[in-house]
Amino acid sequence: MPPSMTKSSANKQINGDVCHRTSNGKTSSRRNGFVKNHCLFQQPQQKSRRPSENDHVVRNASLYNKAFVEQFEETPLLVAVLTYVGYGILTIFGYLRDFLRHWGMEKCHVAREREEQKDFVPLYQDFENFYTRNLYMRIRDNWNRPICSVPGAKMDLLERASKDYNWTFQHTGKVVKDVINMGSYNYLGFAENTGRCADAATESTHEYGVGVGSTRYEMGNLDLHEDLEQLVARFLGVESSMAFGMGFATNSMNIPALAGKGCLILSDELNHASLVLGARLSGSIIRVFKHNNMVSLEKLLRDAIVHGQPRTRRPWKKILILVEGIYSMEGSIVRLPEVIALKERYKAFLYLDEAHSIGALGPRGGGVVDYFGLDPKDVDIMMGTFTKSFGAAGGYIGGKRELIDYLRSHSHSAIYATSMSPPVSQQIITSMKIIMGEDGTTLGGVRLRQLSENTTYFRRKLREMGFIIYGNDDSPVVPMMLYMPAKIGAFGREMLKRNIGTVVVGFPATPIIESRARFCVSAAHTRDILDTALEAISEVGDVLQLKYSRHQRRPHLPSSLGSWSSEESLLQEPNHVKPSVM
Amino acid sequence: MASGQQWVLVEMVQALYEAPAYHLVLEGILILWIIRLLFSKTYKLQERSDLTEKEKEDLIEEWQPEPLVPLMSKDHPSLNYDIVTGPPSHKIIVNGKECINFASFNFLGFLDNERVKQKALTSLRRYGVGTCGPRGFYGTFDVHLELEDRLAKFMKTEEAIIYSYGFATIASAIPAYSKRGDIVFVDEAACFSIQKGLQASRSFIKYFKHNDMEDLERLLKEQEIEDQRNPRKARVTRRFIVVEGLYINTADVCPLPDLVKLKYKYKVRIFLEESMSFGVLGEHGRGVTEHFGVNIDDIDLISANMENAVASIGGFCCGRSFVIDHQRLSGQGYCFSASLPPMLAAAAIEALNIMEEDPEIFTILREKCKHVHKALQEIPGVKVVGEAYAPALHLQLERSSGSRDTDVRMLRSIVDYCLERQIALTLARYLDKEERFLPPPSIRVVVTIEQTEEDIEKAASCIREAALAILK
Repeated sequence: MPPSMTKSSANKQINGDVCHRTSNGKTSSRRNGFVKNHCLFQQPQQKSRRPSENDHVVRNASLYNKAFVEQFEETPLLVAVLTYVGYGILTIFGYLRDFLRHWGMEKCHVAREREEQKDFVPLYQDFENFYTRNLYMRIRDNWNRPICSVPGAKMDLLERASKDYNWTFQHTGKVVKDVINMGSYNYLGFAENTGRCADAATESTHEYGVGVGSTRYEMGNLDLHEDLEQLVARFLGVESSMAFGMGFATNSMNIPALAGKGCLILSDELNHASLVLGARLSGSIIRVFKHNNMVSLEKLLRDAIVHGQPRTRRPWKKILILVEGIYSMEGSIVRLPEVIALKERYKAFLYLDEAHSIGALGPRGGGVVDYFGLDPKDVDIMMGTFTKSFGAAGGYIGGKRELIDYLRSHSHSAIYATSMSPPVSQQIITSMKIIMGEDGTTLGGVRLRQLSENTTYFRRKLREMGFIIYGNDDSPVVPMMLYMPAKIGAFGREMLKRNIGTVVVGFPATPIIESRARFCVSAAHTRDILDTALEAISEVGDVLQLKYSRHQRRPHLPSSLGSWSSEESLLQEPNHVKPSVM
Repeated sequence: MASGQQWVLVEMVQALYEAPAYHLVLEGILILWIIRLLFSKTYKLQERSDLTEKEKEDLIEEWQPEPLVPLMSKDHPSLNYDIVTGPPSHKIIVNGKECINFASFNFLGFLDNERVKQKALTSLRRYGVGTCGPRGFYGTFDVHLELEDRLAKFMKTEEAIIYSYGFATIASAIPAYSKRGDIVFVDEAACFSIQKGLQASRSFIKYFKHNDMEDLERLLKEQEIEDQRNPRKARVTRRFIVVEGLYINTADVCPLPDLVKLKYKYKVRIFLEESMSFGVLGEHGRGVTEHFGVNIDDIDLISANMENAVASIGGFCCGRSFVIDHQRLSGQGYCFSASLPPMLAAAAIEALNIMEEDPEIFTILREKCKHVHKALQEIPGVKVVGEAYAPALHLQLERSSGSRDTDVRMLRSIVDYCLERQIALTLARYLDKEERFLPPPSIRVVVTIEQTEEDIEKAASCIREAALAILK
């Protein structure tokens, strides 16, 4: 068993929250709450000057059964300044180039409106695409890289070349073989073209074909779908479940069935676009709380109930809290025990999106609920996708029987959208059975352990090298900070030169100065592959000066991260870390 | 001049010395007051609450939310979907009974096509099932690029973009262009995914009567007058007409040539949803543009799903690069969703191959449609709604009983009667409370090229018997 899964006494001792947004030792805060101000969680004692320092400092150790280690090291000031300067320069050059294009001094590659429609209202405002034209276009080769193999631990990329500075790409006809894949959400390594899953999918293609040609409610309810839903319910430990053909649509087409006018939706500020869209389509009032910040959430809950709906002051019909299991850009894990405590105290409903966490977290792969050892019945709506850990496509919603029965007749997706493709459903069934050990082997358990070990190892190594890594120690999503816009492109390209495919992201997916690279650890990665990748990352990190972390150089600071760079070391020396946790 | 200024300064300093103490104190206080006003926290009216903590606590205790979902009655039809065992192809097993399929949108019979299956399997053996990522992050497969290329060529447009879910296609495409403040003119019969796309766009929506060009022109004229009043706003207000090629809810076709005329007269862009007409209408199955002989470049955006005629999963948009390329960064369902499983893309490519090799199938399909349309005429108590060449017709009650529930129940009895006699039909299902204009209840009759004349005769006589027995 990897250390992150044990619940040893040593672990109990250090349980609770060791989450740092900043490096300075915050004054230790105690739980009081109830008596003094009736809040479940402590309100911040004093306003701090930097808003970021306030995040992630609530500590409710008693709710957690193990250490909750989450870090967001502060951006070094010099780096922040240089990043802004970088964007400044890019913007100035952007305007210059736009000026040159306007006067025909530079060739303009942007597609043009038809002559016949020149006098129509322009389809795009000119400034709308400034960013795309002048910043994104420079480093566009880092995205949409076409692949021509299984997106497994290694993949083959089609080589592209551009003769016009990324405006268009031509395929050279060559294939870059065996690129290490650190980008796909293949957490449990089920993206495979051989083995049980592929065989089962083949069989069901023979039997059913690939399409369905109707909706669930009309004539598209296959026996395969019913089997899948029963299995998903069992896997999640809920009464009933329903599966949908697309993960994005699972959110955007079911939230409107659950909330409407007169309802309040409380949404984490970093929630995925699909949750935001679903909330908007529902017609409810939406309020946003700070990322994973329980004080902010509790304040919104209290204010909402006390003040009621705006203007009319009527009480809210219901309050729905939308959170994700693992946040895909931060690598953070939702503070589920605290959210559940809040939801119960304030009688709100909880919608948990486990797109990235299902399969990837927890000793049985059951997502965040399993990870924290909670009861799935405490979450009202369990949502997740099959795209990632199961190597398939689509999404599900699980919960009480009444909920699912209601969705069967009110979900937009069940009534208007074509149901899930049979081989895709079969892939999910087979992979889920393997995870649950129902196939008669222990292969699922091996994958889960492998993923957990890989995650711990990869995160620890990166941190030791001096990179700034965001997120929870147990999260297989590993964001590594790049900050400066020029380094986004440079990092992606340098890594590809070393035959490693990574994902780099910048604004608008992240805050403007927090551009980052993101690695997704997979159970399919062997130690060798990870070591090769780490070596390359370190090398590129030296070339591009990405080792921003200042904790390494001050290992003696009591509350600095250096003293417990991994949970492993915590377990070995519990006394050593005592001062740093509660 | 310089010396004059100096003199004033000296005078001021002197005045300060001579001023009485109380004066200085007063001015000092005033200055401090101003500083305080400048830096004090602005207070918001809403934040002021006269409630004590105790009262707040009571309010929180007292508040009782509605249940998450209302309780469903146990006999609601949605709790027991018809269960299909095995492939939903020409022969379909519904609730354990083998029937002839008149319910799945498998117009060209590709669902059970061996060639399509083989291509999908070859792809499965190469790429596995899932893509494990959105298009941007290693979710773009060579098959996707090939399919986009093929679709663009098939439709004779510059570019095509594929989505992994049919419903999400037009629902993502509309808000990629039409934003808050823009105006969209929509046909009342537009399907649900269009309605959701419009809602997501937060634009002004103006509905015109179904296929009524005069009504549309009236709205456009009104808008023109409005624009003349406020030309500055008009210069940045984008306008769109959103129509379906072949309406799924009414099974009739949009008057595209008239729409194109209006487009140029009032400078409005046209978005065309072709899920029902792609692979059905036109000599080569290119849809309603080919059907009317309209230049495809006159349509700004065409969207269709690949779940009906193509019998795979997903959807696509096509048009000029100037328009389509924008969705690669702004189409939410494209950017933020995992890409289409490669095997489904491969199946779609093979379906396109067959369509290109043998355009005869479209003629055959049209003949079948006409045949079915004719066979269903003059059934007592039931009327056929839709064009003769539409592959998905509606059977509505001639006289409504006045209650939608009763109507639905009667139609359902007809469906059950036919299911019993091995004809698989289905009711057209809607979300009654969510639809902008709820279509009347109906039975869907779907035509596929696999249906033989006997099948059609059998179905028609079965429906006739049922109508006679039930609608008496």
